[in-house]
Amino acid sequence: MIDYRTVYTICPFCGTGCGILLEVMNGRLEGVLPCKTNPVNQGKLCIKGWSAHEFVHSPDRLKKPLVRKDGRLEEVEWDEALSFIASRLKAITQAYGPDSFGAFSSAKCTTEENYLLQKFTRAVIGTNNIDHCARL
Amino acid sequence: MTNSVEELEDAACILIIGSNTTVAHPIIATRIFRAREKGAKIIVVDPRKTHIASYADLYLAEKSGTDVAVINGLLHIIIKEGWYDKEFVEKRTEGFAVLKTFIEEYTPARVSEITGIPEVQLRQAAEMFAKAKQSSIVYCMGITQHTVGVDNVLSLANLSMATGHIGKWASGVNPLRGQNNVQGSTDMAAIPNVLPGYQSLADDAVIAKFETAWGVTLPRKPGLTIMEMMDAIGTGGIRALYVMGENPMVSDPDIQHVKKALESLELLIVQDIFPTETVALAHVVLPGVTFAEKDGTFVSTDRRVQRIRKAIEPIGEARPDWQIICDVAHAMGAPDFDYASPSEVFDEIASLVPLFAGISYDRIAENGIQWPCRTKEAPSTVFMHKDTFSKGLGTFKPVAYKAPAELPDEEYPFILITGRDAFHYHTGSMTRRSKSLTGQINRCYVQIHPADAKKLRIKAGQLTRLRSRRGAIEVEARITPIVQSGSVFVPFHFAETAANVLTNPALDPVVKIPEFKICAVKLEKVA
Ligand code: SF4
Repeated sequence: MIDYRTVYTICPFCGTGCGILLEVMNGRLEGVLPCKTNPVNQGKLCIKGWSAHEFVHSPDRLKKPLVRKDGRLEEVEWDEALSFIASRLKAITQAYGPDSFGAFSSAKCTTEENYLLQKFTRAVIGTNNIDHCARL
Repeated sequence: MTNSVEELEDAACILIIGSNTTVAHPIIATRIFRAREKGAKIIVVDPRKTHIASYADLYLAEKSGTDVAVINGLLHIIIKEGWYDKEFVEKRTEGFAVLKTFIEEYTPARVSEITGIPEVQLRQAAEMFAKAKQSSIVYCMGITQHTVGVDNVLSLANLSMATGHIGKWASGVNPLRGQNNVQGSTDMAAIPNVLPGYQSLADDAVIAKFETAWGVTLPRKPGLTIMEMMDAIGTGGIRALYVMGENPMVSDPDIQHVKKALESLELLIVQDIFPTETVALAHVVLPGVTFAEKDGTFVSTDRRVQRIRKAIEPIGEARPDWQIICDVAHAMGAPDFDYASPSEVFDEIASLVPLFAGISYDRIAENGIQWPCRTKEAPSTVFMHKDTFSKGLGTFKPVAYKAPAELPDEEYPFILITGRDAFHYHTGSMTRRSKSLTGQINRCYVQIHPADAKKLRIKAGQLTRLRSRRGAIEVEARITPIVQSGSVFVPFHFAETAANVLTNPALDPVVKIPEFKICAVKLEKVA
């Protein structure tokens, strides 16, 4: 049985925000179609948009958390990575204060994720040291 | 953008400055072409004769970094000739008299000398822009990535207010955002000096609202920008860094300095989808997901909040980035951060940010909603500043021309400009894993003017070394009159020959943008 769907979403590359339809077959992305009804691109895409599905299934994708042990990054379970972060972050911010922490957020991530990372930085750590690469 | 993408095609005149639109924002360029078909005049100001410049009715070949002088020069002519919008200036603005006096000294003769643009072209551009029924300004990183980035933006605001070309359909000032969600990141205050929705850290009522919602006491002191954090790492001010979906090892100026800083951290957390150059330096790496594996919103360059929708399950054990942040917060013992979905996060945003108050996933639906949208009934704001500016009257802020931080000299005789190529995106970590795109181009290059190439006996395709005070890279030469003699151009997407090894970390004093667009280099043939 073939499960084929298209999912309406937005191109992940530049700030134009063109509407795209991701073609999904059996849980894998197979292609991109331009969305005709989106008011921004009206059925057009540039070459980057047409290729927006290609990097997703790259064999290079990070698939498991990594923690540096004896100088090398090694695969670990989520729980280990998260408790490693929590203990180190607590130790550092308790010793040197909240302003010893900084966060680089991402213009590639969603609005909600940017909101959450700044909330984490301000409310959990207690510093305003957060920025993203708008300037770069 | 003060206006919407679709309005551009109705403009009667479009001034494009510091934007290689066809290459960096091709779909926006199609609107500009449609405007041209409908009879609009296109003016392009750029030190490179870019693709869009070849379609211009008027192309002003400025010397690098002289934008303020160009704009002041146009204002001088417009005011002298009485082409400014007297009614708009009187009713909607303040400080015009100061601007008028200030602009006196920017005579066409002087401006022509600073910028290299012939006086007659300055006059033509001034007349075209001022007299058109609707004029729009389009700009990009060519304006902002300078030590005078803020001055550049202010002078464009002066031009649009003096001519009354703002606050109307197809009239306004339109920065094109480089990355898909730069607008959303900034709106959500992933910046050190405000709270979400540009609400002030100094406003007690604002602080009280957030403190109640989040159940904490908030820090009031503004934080550090990326470039300031980099410096603070070196001096032991910052010891732990959490990097989400960023690759400062390619995107930041003076990479060798960046590497040293990151290596000296006590804790470097990197959350990304690929093993980037920055991941290689991390103590702990958290695998996030791509846009196709999660729900959420992106805010595009015209303030349009649009939905991204999950199409496939996360690859391997990767988790959606919003989920990871909540996991880290829980591990730290934070009581809050329980969200069933991004939609719930969005509702919290709407409850705290007036600009987004009327927006929800239901209302975004197919076509998105443009902020400001303050109530559930309010429509999208298609263009801004219609009857009033956000603070009432628009204030003219005259700015003086200042030379770039690092100019060519005997030892480093060329100006290096960095920017984007048509087939790749930012640090290349996504596009360089795409076959269709690497098939087009997968190697860095330097554009050199034919006269300079001849002088240095550099041939097309030859390996050429570029050296600045900070480092050197070797790339293939492309001989082209797109660049002016005395300037070279290198795209910054290629980590193995990163243009940012060369660039100058000199910052704009106000917003701390590095001067990516100008530094001094020398060229050598590689034997
Ligand atoms: S399709 Fe091209 S122009 Fe449209 S958002 Fe994607 S990268 Fe930008």
